Amino acid sequence: MHLAYPAVLAALLFSIGLYGVLARRNAILMLMSVELMLNAVNLNLVAFDVWLREELHTGQALALFTIAIAAAEIGIGLAIVLLVYRNRGSSDIDRLRDLRERSAAEADEASDDGTGDTASVKATNDSGRQTS
Amino acid sequence: MNLAASEAEAEVATAAAVAAGHPGFLSPTGVEIVFVLVGLATLGAALVTVTTKQLVHAALWLVAALGGVAVEYLLLTAEFIAWVQVLIYVGSVVVLLLFGLMLTKAPIGRSPDADSGNRWVALGVALVSAATLVTLVVDAFRTTWIDLGTSGGPSTQGSTRVTGEALFRGWVLPFEALSVLLLAALVGAIVLSRRAQDDSREQQEGQR
Amino acid sequence: MSTTTLAALVPLLPFLGAVAGLLTGRRAPGYAQPLAVLPTLLSTVLAVMVAVRQGGGEPLKAATELAPTGDASLPVELALHLDGFAVLVAVLVGVVASCVQLYSTGYLRDDPRYASYAAFVSLFTAAMLLVVYADDLIVLLVGWEIMGICSYFLVGHYWETQAARAASLKAFLVTKLGDVPFLIGILVLASEAGTFRISGITSKLTSQLAEFELAHPTVIALLLLAGVAGKSAQFPLHTWLPDAMAGPTPVSALIHAATMVAAGVYFIARLLPVFAASAVALVVLALMAAVTIVGSALSALAQDDIKRVLAYSTIGQLAYMAGALAVSDRGAAVFHLLVHGAFKALLFLAAGVLIHAAGTNSLAAMARMGGLTKIAPDAYWTMTIGLIALAALPPFSGFFSKEAVLAAAEHVAFGDAHGAGVTPAAGWIVLVAGMLGALLTAAYAARLWLLAFRGKGPQVSAEEHAREPAVMNVVLWVLAIPSLGLGLAYGVLPGWFDSGSLGPSLATSVLATGIALVGVLMTYGAWRHTTSLAASRSPMGAVAAHPQGDPALSEAEAIATHEPAYGDIAAAPDPADPGRLLLGPLHGAAAHGFRLDAAYTALFVRPTQAAARLARFVDREVVDSYVRGAGLGPRLLGTLVRRTQTGNTQTYLSALVVGSLVLAVAVVLVAAGTSGA
Repeated sequence: MHLAYPAVLAALLFSIGLYGVLARRNAILMLMSVELMLNAVNLNLVAFDVWLREELHTGQALALFTIAIAAAEIGIGLAIVLLVYRNRGSSDIDRLRDLRERSAAEADEASDDGTGDTASVKATNDSGRQTS
Repeated sequence: MNLAASEAEAEVATAAAVAAGHPGFLSPTGVEIVFVLVGLATLGAALVTVTTKQLVHAALWLVAALGGVAVEYLLLTAEFIAWVQVLIYVGSVVVLLLFGLMLTKAPIGRSPDADSGNRWVALGVALVSAATLVTLVVDAFRTTWIDLGTSGGPSTQGSTRVTGEALFRGWVLPFEALSVLLLAALVGAIVLSRRAQDDSREQQEGQR
Repeated sequence: MSTTTLAALVPLLPFLGAVAGLLTGRRAPGYAQPLAVLPTLLSTVLAVMVAVRQGGGEPLKAATELAPTGDASLPVELALHLDGFAVLVAVLVGVVASCVQLYSTGYLRDDPRYASYAAFVSLFTAAMLLVVYADDLIVLLVGWEIMGICSYFLVGHYWETQAARAASLKAFLVTKLGDVPFLIGILVLASEAGTFRISGITSKLTSQLAEFELAHPTVIALLLLAGVAGKSAQFPLHTWLPDAMAGPTPVSALIHAATMVAAGVYFIARLLPVFAASAVALVVLALMAAVTIVGSALSALAQDDIKRVLAYSTIGQLAYMAGALAVSDRGAAVFHLLVHGAFKALLFLAAGVLIHAAGTNSLAAMARMGGLTKIAPDAYWTMTIGLIALAALPPFSGFFSKEAVLAAAEHVAFGDAHGAGVTPAAGWIVLVAGMLGALLTAAYAARLWLLAFRGKGPQVSAEEHAREPAVMNVVLWVLAIPSLGLGLAYGVLPGWFDSGSLGPSLATSVLATGIALVGVLMTYGAWRHTTSLAASRSPMGAVAAHPQGDPALSEAEAIATHEPAYGDIAAAPDPADPGRLLLGPLHGAAAHGFRLDAAYTALFVRPTQAAARLARFVDREVVDSYVRGAGLGPRLLGTLVRRTQTGNTQTYLSALVVGSLVLAVAVVLVAAGTSGA
């Protein structure tokens, strides 16, 4: 068999999985797409292992390991998604934006929730100017 | 499969291969054709998985995609991997995903906001990556063929015996490490989900 | 001890007293008064001893190298030159400074800043004595500049009042404006004469053997005149002196009557051969003197603040001395300097007592008070003596010294005197201006006396006003003695000076005395007329009554309230003022110094402020905009970059994947390219 077939299939499957990871909003759907990508990788490994015919059967062994690790990962991933769902009421990836860059006003509100003293300091430190 | 059956198969295959000049159950071109067809099915199922708006259907189409990949493994004579794929992926991973969907109260039926605002960028990225990878692969492996068992006997590449020997001889250390990893994952999942339950239980007690 | 050692101690003792006073003023305020008075008194005693020993004979010199300059033949030396002029002026400085320090112990007895005040007065005294004794131009300049800065600090003593702050700065800046050409003139003179030593320069110029002439005598003389005009408050740099009356009265007595303003006159007297080398410079000096005499006397006639009258009077009297120098008679100039120092200090100190007794410095208010002579009898009598000396009526000292000046002018005008550089034109200018000045001087002296002491109105009660401390009244009488009798020394002094006659000549003395009497009578007549008007009864003015406090407090408040009460720092709309009647339409201009301040504001102050605003604009809008622009780019770039931090994981992943793809393709292409090529 021409090696291109499994390789191309793997590449396309990978790209579909990539689209799913980047486009889906629900976290569980994203995890499904990650599984697609992992399967593409596994297909590639197996195909190359069969092609290369080596003694250690590296490709197949690694494919097995990948399957096992994927299972572990999906377990933990789902636990996290469930936690997120419990704490925030939805498992939308879009809502998980705590790492975003906050503007100065938002930073004031965020720090006011904690300590009120540092708000004014933050206001001048952020911009370095004497305004606000 | 018992040893006798496999030997018989191997003889038939050898005969057919000798007859056709190629080993294997299917003729080489047959293998390729089947591969392509199953591949198309897999790709179609995968496409639907990532585009459908019905969440539970996405999980079910994922089953189809994973099954298709398992058939591909079989075609590539990696039978152990194929069955492990079915067992683990289809058997447990998809079940876990369905449980996850249930516990996060995924809507039955269409949900209009299944795709995020990033989808056009994602489409572009996926198309670009597909084009790049396919071009790369096709150009690199234009003249490469997989030899699916030319040694005259049944294909020994992916059989269970071969795989087991390779695993427990050459790959025993990573295997054991993997089992520790699985244990860690198990414990982690339990801890994550238990703490949340304790918190909610405390909140409920506090409210009373 | 040798005379030169004593002479070296004379400026040193007040300097040490000043340093000690500044160091211990805060921590040990009990020492402030002794540290103020004792070094100055001791220095005065030493100065008298030096004068007695030197006795007007051969000048004593002593020199030691102080600092090398770039030119090996032109070092700066710490040099003393003691001739008759120096020792006598030093005695005057010491006596007046001692009187002022003693007077200040009573005048500023409750002042929180007394220690620093006294230290600065001591420092000032040391600087003036250095100027008097110095033989090296640079050492003289050092003393000159220290006097300038001490004047700034002392005039600004009441810095809580806006008038004092503005006045101290104005005094400093105007004198500095003259000091820059002064410095250039000194350097040019020294480089042309080949030495910084004053005695060296004068001996080179006066000896017939050397046949030395300056290459640019007029330029040098005019540059030096600029500095003298600033320091001695001559036209056109005289505007600072009337405003400097915002300082305490003892400061005015010391600095602005007897010593600092006399330094310019003394300087010309010492370097007269330099000025005499240029006839043009002497004529310019004569013109300056003439304009100053007449202008200042007219202005004095219009002032309401008693100290401003005395300030303008000082300007005029200094112009007399300048006039004497313009006709190349330095003996007359220094004679008038000595006499004027005594009676002007007396007048200022008596005015201080008067301001405290009346609670105001306004003549208009004093004219509406009765019984002032009962409250401050010492001030009354001594001020009368001082005013008669000022008006130059015989036999008081002022008569003799002014006659010396006028006689010298007359000699030059009629061609009797032949000195280097003198021209009859200068003599005529000085003579005519001097006569006119005599009239006006007598007029404003009489006005001052009549308004202050012949006021009619509610009596100032004697119980409220505590008698002034004895030390202040004693000092007044101490200064009254030379005001009475110093003039009679006109026979002795030529032995100390250049041995020209200092006696009055008959014609000028009769004419001048007659003119002065005419002035007195005119003023008296005008006063009788104005006081008979009903409007003169109307109350006017502000009285700051602090009878139990120290006089400095009364004075500070009087200065601060003059402008709010009358709308003007200088004049008051007083219908009982004979000066209004005498001056007629000139009164408005005369009260404001003939609008010279306004002219300077328009010519110099406004353009400077506009230039400053322009500089600020350029700095802030032009230069800073580049700075801000340089910051703008990175800030915009940062804002743009910050926009990528959306927090959306999928965005991050997309970017990551695209980047990795690009890199991978690039690597492959590069590898293919290099392997292929």
